[in-house]
Amino acid sequence: MSVASHADTPLAATAAHDHADSHEDGSLTILGFWIYLMSDCILFASLFAAFAVLRDQTAGGPSARDIFDIPYVAVETACLLVSSFTYGLAMIAVERRNKAWVLRWLVITILLGLSFVGLEVHEFIHLTSEGSGPDRSAFLSAFFTLVATHGIHVTSGMIWMSVLIGHVMYRGLTPANRTRLMCLSLFWHFLDIVWIGVFTVVYLLGVA
Amino acid sequence: MQGSAAHTAAPGGSEGHGASHASVRDYVIGFALSIILTAVPFGLVMAGTIPASTAVPVCLALAVVQIVVHLVYFLHMNRASSRSWNMAALIFTVVVVAILGAGTIWVMYHLNLNMMPGMMPNDAT
Repeated sequence: MSVASHADTPLAATAAHDHADSHEDGSLTILGFWIYLMSDCILFASLFAAFAVLRDQTAGGPSARDIFDIPYVAVETACLLVSSFTYGLAMIAVERRNKAWVLRWLVITILLGLSFVGLEVHEFIHLTSEGSGPDRSAFLSAFFTLVATHGIHVTSGMIWMSVLIGHVMYRGLTPANRTRLMCLSLFWHFLDIVWIGVFTVVYLLGVA
Repeated sequence: MQGSAAHTAAPGGSEGHGASHASVRDYVIGFALSIILTAVPFGLVMAGTIPASTAVPVCLALAVVQIVVHLVYFLHMNRASSRSWNMAALIFTVVVVAILGAGTIWVMYHLNLNMMPGMMPNDAT
């Protein structure tokens, strides 16, 4: 109850202020979350800039061309792109108030997210075991920092999604839960956008 | 409190507005475009027949197009009316990101070029 009232307070305030403005439930919460995402965007931009500067500083170690496996990255990319689509289908089920399909699409999205993170962790373990860990060169430090930061974001998104599955199962598609699902939708699509930058700047430009 | 919020929000036309900012059609179009815009650069690089001087700008351009596709079809940035603040925040962020990225690369490239000839570890090897 206390959790729900937190999320509902800005909504109730908007509704009291001007009923005509409250046509979108939870819009203030969603705007606030969007502003967080924009600040996260600047965090990623800094990491991308650091990577762009350091990508040729291999200190005699392996270069991008030596260690990146493009077909492997294509599979990772496919997992994340399809998960973005399945989350979109979950949001459509939310609008149709179809709780069963919301839960199904969310579970599928988590499974795809798990495959993505699993593939990434496997890549990291493989690189580290070959002596190409983050301590090898400035290039690899920048690579691990950028890609792992994205991976940690995806992992937090999956934890958040698991919690929301519980919320939706026990409380249904309440206005508060719909706002939370909308925020997570923005987060998840945003991570896919960051990944477009990663596979282009890090992997494709590294090998091209 | 939860009940009263539901009461104020639900009849206010949120159903109609909610449906207007996401449709299966949008997601399918966005998904199809994304597949094409992902497959083309991957194919170019994997085939390896195109020189890097051509592949690099092509990949970057396709990435920018795909980001716009995601923003429009997945994040629904095309409905300006109720989302003007989202759009303002986005434009501000794009400007900051551009200054940060371009500025960093520009400055560091010239530092590397003008101030440390032969001093980088990979120059020595």
